[in-house]
Amino acid sequence: MTSEGSPIAAVASDGDKIRCDACPVMCYIKPGNTGACDRYANKDGILVRVDPHVVLQRTVSQGGQIVPFQKSGEWDGKLVSGRDVLVTAIGAGTTYPDYKPAPFIVSSEVDGVDMVTVVTEGIFSYCGVKVKIDTDRFLGPETATVRAEGEAVGHVTTGEYGSQMLSLGGVHHLTGGSKKEGRVTCDTLMNLCNGEAVELTIDGGAAVVVQAGRPPVVNGVPEVRMRVGCGSATIGMFAKQWQGKVDEVVVVDDHITGVLSEHQAGKLLDVADTGIKMKGRRSTPGRYFQVAEPGTGWGGTQISDPLTVLGPFNPKIARPGLRMLMVSTTGEHYAYFELDENLQPVEMPLPASLQQSVERIQENCEPALCTVLFMGGAGGSLRAGVTDNPVRLTRSVKEALTSVTSGGAPVYVWPGGGITFMVDVTQMPAGAFGYVPTPALVAPIEFTMRLEDYAALGGHMDYVRPLSSLTGDTEVRQAPAPASFKTGGPR
Amino acid sequence: MRRRPQIALLPDGRRLHLQDGPIDLVIEGCGARAAVEIAYAAAAETFTGLLDQLCDELPQLRRRAAAGSPAPNGVVARRMHAAVAPYADVHFITPMAAVAGAVAEEVLAAMTRAAPLDRAYVNNGGDIALHLSPGQRFTVGLVASLAPPTLAGRTVVDAGSNVRGIATSGRQGRSFSLGIADAVTVLGRTAAEADAAATMVANAVDLPGHPGILRVPACDIQPDSDLGERPVTRGVAALSPDEVTRALDAGAAYARELVSRGLIEGAALHLQGRMEIIAAPRAGPFEVLPTLAARPSPTESLMNA
Repeated sequence: MTSEGSPIAAVASDGDKIRCDACPVMCYIKPGNTGACDRYANKDGILVRVDPHVVLQRTVSQGGQIVPFQKSGEWDGKLVSGRDVLVTAIGAGTTYPDYKPAPFIVSSEVDGVDMVTVVTEGIFSYCGVKVKIDTDRFLGPETATVRAEGEAVGHVTTGEYGSQMLSLGGVHHLTGGSKKEGRVTCDTLMNLCNGEAVELTIDGGAAVVVQAGRPPVVNGVPEVRMRVGCGSATIGMFAKQWQGKVDEVVVVDDHITGVLSEHQAGKLLDVADTGIKMKGRRSTPGRYFQVAEPGTGWGGTQISDPLTVLGPFNPKIARPGLRMLMVSTTGEHYAYFELDENLQPVEMPLPASLQQSVERIQENCEPALCTVLFMGGAGGSLRAGVTDNPVRLTRSVKEALTSVTSGGAPVYVWPGGGITFMVDVTQMPAGAFGYVPTPALVAPIEFTMRLEDYAALGGHMDYVRPLSSLTGDTEVRQAPAPASFKTGGPR
Repeated sequence: MRRRPQIALLPDGRRLHLQDGPIDLVIEGCGARAAVEIAYAAAAETFTGLLDQLCDELPQLRRRAAAGSPAPNGVVARRMHAAVAPYADVHFITPMAAVAGAVAEEVLAAMTRAAPLDRAYVNNGGDIALHLSPGQRFTVGLVASLAPPTLAGRTVVDAGSNVRGIATSGRQGRSFSLGIADAVTVLGRTAAEADAAATMVANAVDLPGHPGILRVPACDIQPDSDLGERPVTRGVAALSPDEVTRALDAGAAYARELVSRGLIEGAALHLQGRMEIIAAPRAGPFEVLPTLAARPSPTESLMNA
């Protein structure tokens, strides 16, 4: 007979099978499968609980302690403290297709009404991640294919201010391509969602290591800062600090390179012409497009020598001794030059008076991060696990009678039809995502509503369980404090 | 020290929830409050250690039942053994085919021994043992498919009938099926008998050799499955109306045979949206009534106004 020992241990393994000792049935479980109870599984030869029902204890303060796993299966009659507890779907278990009622439909009393949290782990074939990579470095042309292990897993999409954007996953890569493409896409999404580092290569572009909440590593170089603004904006912000200390400033930027003496900001400060000649295409005075090819050098261009963006100085205007600062949009690259008798720039040490302005640019740049938003749509069958009339759940979400969370984290629900939501994976507990061999991602999703609203939308009332019935064998974790955005909540 | 199962009342304060290992029971007893409390205590007491006792004999219970094979020792195991015995001489069946119903039956028996109840049920994941005192009745929902569980209708079981057990089996349920039925619900005299019969009728709803049916050896999925290398159904393509008819006919013919042998009281077979009802004349009317319409949400009413 099984004693009170840890359930997270296999007493014997036989080839790739393991034997579970969580209960006296002692199932042999093959990799990727669960035992008879659907609660314990073999993950790569290790027995894991697939349901430690993660109860997120909401606290106002951030970063609380993880309360130890409560092993005892015995109900001690105690309720977990009412409204501060949100039961998440992580480990609720799921089935595919979603033929059973959501594995756990939990009710708890909040504000005198019976609250119902329908807890399930959704299987999302229609899902992917949007990755925001804070860098000006060129990662690849828009719509270029993004690859992992050589397989197409997504593409470069519209860049955002100071950031490159990737759109990865989606049904096309998950199930529309080769078997390997689907598997690699699924692995990539799951690893990104679970906060692991993933190496991606972009056709005609860079290799980038992406990890949610960490700086990107572009072609082996970790990114440190995201730019404060484009080259032109940087001129506008710092022109006054340069006045009198330097004759010319060029802020090198793949997008818009700024030139102080020609820029409106310089004109307003009566900065004299310097005879500088920029390469690239002039947009408006002091603002240049395409001074160089995109790359991973200065300001998102390919250059390592800033002088290559300059033509010869105009001898009619320029004078020997003219002082020029060249700096990238993040302040990461900078160089100081003075013109010699032949009007050739000669690099000199950066004067202390300019050091401060470079540091100010650096200081105004935020740390460069990769951020990963999981985006998925709750399909009809997932919704049917919640209610026998799935469209009512959709309407209930739209009417804000039902709030949606994912692993306890707030989500943004897209307007329009269906329940398509986005969630910041770093807000979710570790290991929240899984997969099924379809391939498709398994993500937790919770719908919280008043019990009477749940009944009204055709909920599986017979499956509603009290929160107390979960507490005996559930893992209690501290949840992050609620984030600022929310799509609605129970009345 | 014995392992304690999880024991809790559901939020309505009426129903009891017991869970241990793979067993989940939802229980309700109706009657005098004191009687219900005694019955619930008896249920919890009987349930504690029940899984351990069952597992003591698990290797034997996973073996094919054969005519005249010795009965096991445990009380639940004996119920399982008895329930599958009528099938053992012709078909492959193991006592595990009746485990869910037998557990439900044993717990219900403990409750009714302990205290007088007007009516009671023990629902073990869809395999249900019923207690009805004279004049009492239960309204039972019928599931057309387990994907998701949708109600196809309801039927009424009253104390005058022989029905005291209901079980549903199908390829999309938690156990494996050798057949292709979405769901087969059997009304039987006991929960263990209904459980075994639902398994067998669901197996009989089949189209052997059909290319649209994906079958995988059970042991490839669960190494210690009692079905061993027998191919279990993992996927069924959309079937033509003729094919659905043929498969349902095969299952219905088998269900009629079980009715005529007195093994079941009735069965409802579901496959790809079609339903076949078989009922014993003595079971009383096995009527399928429409489900009660879901109450519209207040907001929906407003929108419609």
